[in-house]
Amino acid sequence: MNEKTTNDGSVVNNNEAIIRIEDLKRDFIVGSETVHALRGVTFDIKRGEFVAIMGTSGSGKSTMLNILGCLDKPTSGHYYIDGVDAAICSKDQLADIRNKKIGFVFQSYNLLPRTTSIEQVELPLLYNSSINAKERRERAEHALELVGMANRANHTPNQMSGGQQQRIAIARAIVNDPVILLADEATGNLDTRTSYEIMSLFQKLNEQGVTIGFVTHEPDIALFTKRQVMLRDGKIMKDNLVETQSAQAALDALPASSDY
Amino acid sequence: MNISNLLKVAWDAILRNKTRTLLTILGVVIGIASVIAMVSIGQSSSQSITEQVSSMGTNMIMVMRANQRRGGVSMGSDNSQSLTISDAERIKNEAKFISYVSPSVSASGQIVNGNNNALGSLQGGSVDLLKIRKFELAAGTNFTDDDVNKYSKVCVIGQTVVKNIFPEDSANVINVVGKDIKFKGIPLKIIGVLESKGSNSMGQDQDDIMIAPYTTVQKRFLGNDYLQMIYCSASSEEVADQAVAEVALLLRENHKLLDYQDDDFEVRTQAEMLSMMNSMTGTLTTLLAAIASISLIVGGIGIMNIMYVTVTERTKEIGLRMAIGARGKDILMQFLIESAILSLIGGIIGIILGLILSYVGTSLMNMPFVVSYTAIAVSFVVCAATGVFFGWYPAKKAANMDPITALRYE
Ligand SMILES: Nc1ncnc2c1ncn2[C@@H]1O[C@H](COP(=O)(O)OP(=O)(O)OP(=O)(O)O)[C@@H](O)[C@H]1O
Ligand SMILES: [Mg+2]
Repeated sequence: MNEKTTNDGSVVNNNEAIIRIEDLKRDFIVGSETVHALRGVTFDIKRGEFVAIMGTSGSGKSTMLNILGCLDKPTSGHYYIDGVDAAICSKDQLADIRNKKIGFVFQSYNLLPRTTSIEQVELPLLYNSSINAKERRERAEHALELVGMANRANHTPNQMSGGQQQRIAIARAIVNDPVILLADEATGNLDTRTSYEIMSLFQKLNEQGVTIGFVTHEPDIALFTKRQVMLRDGKIMKDNLVETQSAQAALDALPASSDY
Repeated sequence: MNISNLLKVAWDAILRNKTRTLLTILGVVIGIASVIAMVSIGQSSSQSITEQVSSMGTNMIMVMRANQRRGGVSMGSDNSQSLTISDAERIKNEAKFISYVSPSVSASGQIVNGNNNALGSLQGGSVDLLKIRKFELAAGTNFTDDDVNKYSKVCVIGQTVVKNIFPEDSANVINVVGKDIKFKGIPLKIIGVLESKGSNSMGQDQDDIMIAPYTTVQKRFLGNDYLQMIYCSASSEEVADQAVAEVALLLRENHKLLDYQDDDFEVRTQAEMLSMMNSMTGTLTTLLAAIASISLIVGGIGIMNIMYVTVTERTKEIGLRMAIGARGKDILMQFLIESAILSLIGGIIGIILGLILSYVGTSLMNMPFVVSYTAIAVSFVVCAATGVFFGWYPAKKAANMDPITALRYE
């Protein structure tokens, strides 16, 4: 079974690159200086991959993820997502791509204050006119179930722990059935145990077919992914497959004393 | 994003920020309430004037002595003695468009009966005065032409006089008919009591009135035979203008005025009075409404202020919404709709409050309560426009944010 039907109904090959970036450059002009955040990056992400984007601080990880997430445009080069060149899209077209093809998870969760979980998760679908209220609710409930937060549907962020909030944020990111789920330091604010729990959730989602791009600078977290892309100074230094570890196993192996 | 989703998003945001919502709408509430109250009270006072004037008879024509100016010095109307009984008779006999004529004189003095007394005035007129001024009798009779000829010591009094001078009879006014009442020391026999008319638009009590034959007032109280005014009644409202022209012509003839001489009298109709008073209250209403609109503008600026702060405060939310697919237009619409809803809620509360205020105000001032639908409709539109107008700048600012910068904002 090498084929899968996507949102828009087209049948694609499982090994096809759903993300392809070619010689991507991004310069920032700060005063009279030009910062070369990305200096020509080329790589593919195939359907079903779980890629860790690694590198030291300032190496261009976030810059790259923002371009992958269509929040930013490259200075030059091409970025194809699902066959569309996002580098030449208008602002509104980019917004549509973000809405239908991308799910974003942030380090600081970015949930709306005083808003229930179910409403947080429904939010992306509100910006998609083709989805009615009933379908919106059903899909949000389903997403909450997937992240194990169905029992928290009516809780607001201040009633939940950081890990729970991040699960809600993940539910929000997958509710539109995205082509790729992008996460920037998604475990950066969490303790080890909770980080592992979140990684276990990502692994579970990946097993269910979700493609994931995951920025982290923690090597032990990167071990839970399937592939590592290492950036340095805006260039790819290393791109290799990882011997994936099970986050659940790591969780079980944690000594009970690390609980406090 | 479709409109129902936009409304939902905006409404959710409003509910999430209840304190902000309350503070924002407060300004609009005050602005709209004052506009509604001012306009309603203005309209109700002009309506009460209209009612009063037409209750006095729209056919009524008043001939007054002109302020005579000699050498630029006003002689004051009381000094002029240009109206005489022959003028009144000439109008009565010759004017085709006039149905009733009554000379008018008045004297003021103390009204006394036993221990009760009050300061008042005695109006003198012909038998037609009651018809012209639309007074009805509650008890007794009017005086007759015979009383006029014999300057009989009789009078017809209003309800307020009964209340003040015969308090024991005020429930049963028929009892005072036949009693004597002293005006300036001279006893007059009460032969009739008038129906109540209430107070007029100027706050004057129309029931504080005492009417006697004009001859009685002239001979017994004033000691002269000049007239202060002549009341006429046009045969119908339609011929009022012709009647005025006719009266003027007759008086000029009677006063033997030459072509180059100005009238030494003035002819006024109730319709003129009405339009004069209405233009006065109209100006006042406009002025009050203009002052009230300033508070509406202040309310609008309040909305802009709070929306502006809101946009800054919610920068992260805007970034997040953009990250999950909101277009600039969606963000713009969300904030515009938010501020429009805020000002509409403020408007609705303001309209209700304004109506309550004008109800209380008009009933305190004894005026009819008029709901000005125009003012309500205009306020409503102004409200929505205020929301959109003053919400525009902050909303535009939100929509133009760069998603990455907005997401990073702390
Ligand atoms: N908006 C911007 N304006 C100017 N320079 C920027 C901007 N965004 C990023 N940069 C620069 O681009 C380079 C890469 O930044 P980036 O945020 O991608 O690093 P990173 O790998 O995500 O680092 P970290 O691990 O600290 O998050 C840095 O030198 C940074 O200063
Ligand atoms: Mg970063």
